[in-house]
Amino acid sequence: MQNGTGTAASLKDCFFRMTDIVKQYPLGEEYVTILRGISLEIEEGEFLSVLGPSGSGKSTLMNIIGCLDLPTSGEYILKGNVVLDLTEKELSHIRSKEIGFIFQNSQLLQRMDAMKNVELPLIYAGVRPGERHARAEEMLCKVGLEDRMHHMPNQLSGGQQQRVAIARALVTRPSLLLADEPTGALDQATGHQIMDLFHALNQEGHTIIMITHDVNIARNARRVVNIIDGVMTEAEGEVTFA
Amino acid sequence: MRVFGRFMGQVYMFTESCVMAIENIMQNRLRSFLTVLGIMIGVTAVISLITTISAVSSSISSSFTSMGAGTMTLTTTGNDLKDGLDEADMKRIVALEHIRGLSPSVTISCTVARGNTNETNINAQGTNATYFDVHEDMVKSGRTINRIDTDNMSRVCLINKDIVESFFYGVSPIGKTIYLNRIQFTVIGIYESDTSIASLLSGSAKILIPYTTALKMNNASLVSSATLYLDSASASADVQPALEELLDEIFSYEEETYKITTMDSIEETMKTMMSMMSALLGGIASIALVVGGIGIMNMMLTSVTERTVEIGLKKAIGAEPGQIQMQFLIESFLLSMIGGLCGVILGLILSAVMCNLMGTNFVISYGAIVLGVGFSAAVGIIFGWSPARKASRLSPIDALRRM
Repeated sequence: MQNGTGTAASLKDCFFRMTDIVKQYPLGEEYVTILRGISLEIEEGEFLSVLGPSGSGKSTLMNIIGCLDLPTSGEYILKGNVVLDLTEKELSHIRSKEIGFIFQNSQLLQRMDAMKNVELPLIYAGVRPGERHARAEEMLCKVGLEDRMHHMPNQLSGGQQQRVAIARALVTRPSLLLADEPTGALDQATGHQIMDLFHALNQEGHTIIMITHDVNIARNARRVVNIIDGVMTEAEGEVTFA
Repeated sequence: MRVFGRFMGQVYMFTESCVMAIENIMQNRLRSFLTVLGIMIGVTAVISLITTISAVSSSISSSFTSMGAGTMTLTTTGNDLKDGLDEADMKRIVALEHIRGLSPSVTISCTVARGNTNETNINAQGTNATYFDVHEDMVKSGRTINRIDTDNMSRVCLINKDIVESFFYGVSPIGKTIYLNRIQFTVIGIYESDTSIASLLSGSAKILIPYTTALKMNNASLVSSATLYLDSASASADVQPALEELLDEIFSYEEETYKITTMDSIEETMKTMMSMMSALLGGIASIALVVGGIGIMNMMLTSVTERTVEIGLKKAIGAEPGQIQMQFLIESFLLSMIGGLCGVILGLILSAVMCNLMGTNFVISYGAIVLGVGFSAAVGIIFGWSPARKASRLSPIDALRRM
């Protein structure tokens, strides 16, 4: 391998490193290349925005970062795990342990209350009920929903639903929070509140990767990278689409 | 410790999956009910058929033992010289060890007439005193046929309730005359066939007359059918060789001149027929179960499609494919089991009603319950497998793209 995988020690220390990630999809007889050799390194505790217009490959990148998909080639190391040639089951373990997803429209299960929604990842992780309740409660308090724990999703506002989703992402104590257009479905004021929450979480030491097409939202992050046509560039100074 | 922790994790996961499955089933109550209906009907059919048949066959075999124990039926076709048994032959048979008595059975079909009433094709049976010794409580009023009647070819008869109703409405028949094939008979008693099955086997005779009289009416002198009464229920095996020896001698050692039927062998045949019938009907009923299974599969496939986003989300937050599969499998299993249990209850109620109508004892067949429940569990797992597998293989990316 020309990039080299490094020694065992350096692997273990490595928090997040992508080297030359290429992703191709078959389209009929040919292959479409979505990501053209993306390299990215992130330190623990960073707050990074991936900024790009639709069709730029940022969703594909998110899928690979989130271990929902595997790259065609290249190397991806997350918290010492080499994410390549893994089975679905192994991928699901990494997702369960290392990644907290926050989606655009919160994606709560409608027939469960806030508490149960937050508990869900812990159910799949096999955490015993008592601890599960305690941790879910703690996270809901953290996102400011101590008085809404047993409300059903349809009894909550959009911002509150997104907070539940954030609590759900945090509850497994992941290494990485991965947010896909977290304010996309919210009005500006609520969006700001969510961003304030992100800042607070980052202050506490959570690593956050936020994927967005909105420059104003991307500016909230301490570091912004641009992705256009599957190629990544580090944004310097003023962040624009170039 | 870690292994134990992982095991407990699986347990928590499993119980939560059950809760979620129940919630899903409750969410779509009507659809779940309709789906379950197929399994329910199938199990109901299987249970009620098997239980009813086993109740009928156990009642048949118990009535066999009550009336048939210790009897043998003898039918003779005889040879060219001798087509039946004469008086001396019968005496020799009775003289054999373990044989308590013999009653010949001579069946005639006759036209019965009294006054302006007459009926054709009524079966009358010729018999002797021994028959009444064995079936003591058969005669309800009047007297039985005795030795003197048979020795003298008396023209006397006992009649059953049917004949009383059609020919002696409102009068006491005893001592009255009645014409059988234009021959005058005196009614000496009224009898009642003991059980329905006994009358079935004895050929539903409505009139009993001395066998000698019957033979004369048939222009015959030899008896071709007789019932032997043994001194104990288990004696038939002991009697058979000696009896065969004697009959061979009577019919000059020619082949196929007689046939001995024990109640054991009839019962055996009956049982085989019953179990074949229950297997056949059970097989037909289980088609309903398969149809029910297809219903479940259909619902589960729809459910997987509907819940694509949910499945994708669960996968994104760390659910293993196996856990997703387990959850759907539990759902189809529970659906099928609900149907199965309802079916068992309905089936038992139905068979209790049916047994009641047929007048047989209702016996709960545990085998049928186990079969019904086991079958529905199997249907749930088999037909739930492929939808569950489909769910577990859904790509989270495709699933989430639909958000």
